[in-house]
Amino acid sequence: MIETALLFAMGCFGVSLFLNLVLLMRGPGLPDRVLAVDTMVINLIALIVLYGIYGGTGINFEAAVLFAMTGFVSTVAFSKFMLRGDVIE
Amino acid sequence: MIGEILVATLLVISGVFGLIGSFGLLKLDDPMKRLHAPTKATTVGVGSALLASSAYFWTVQGRISWEELLVIIFLFISSPITAHFLAKAHMHRNMRPSDLPPTERGNEWATFQPDVPPGEVRTDGSPASTDPVPPQT
Repeated sequence: MIETALLFAMGCFGVSLFLNLVLLMRGPGLPDRVLAVDTMVINLIALIVLYGIYGGTGINFEAAVLFAMTGFVSTVAFSKFMLRGDVIE
Repeated sequence: MIGEILVATLLVISGVFGLIGSFGLLKLDDPMKRLHAPTKATTVGVGSALLASSAYFWTVQGRISWEELLVIIFLFISSPITAHFLAKAHMHRNMRPSDLPPTERGNEWATFQPDVPPGEVRTDGSPASTDPVPPQT
């Protein structure tokens, strides 16, 4: 039962990544593209965690934490760039 | 058995919410509306997946892992901040203060206020600008 649910969830997050990629290509403005990349990072964290359940190991969480941190910092830096035209004034 | 049902339910919830979040990202037509989907639905989906992982290692493998809780806390703190920054960036790029609804308070929208009142001098000596945002290239 867990196997089926796991495959369903992984498929859902795979389709989500594809939809984010479509918005990244299509997005009318720069904030939309940044939002698409941020959502891709979050979906990728979920995919890494689900892969950890699939393999039965707990060593994937370091990767998930690192992805969360770099994704957050890069999104904030990009927003700062869009707001001010500069990352560090 | 109950643990398996719990893990499977959490996994299905996570998949459905993640898909709803990303589909809403495509379907909603306004950039400010578009901020709703990933910051709410996708965050719930990821949190549910992390809870499922924690429950799996607890019930099926018999060891308690706390690392998921760290990721959940970090994501739940960082996603509203991300949405706030993106909304501010969108407002400053695409909107004017006259487009926004009135605040019905004494002061105007705070993000469009200059951070130093005009005429005063900043602490570093540079003159205060009346426009807080430089023109975008």
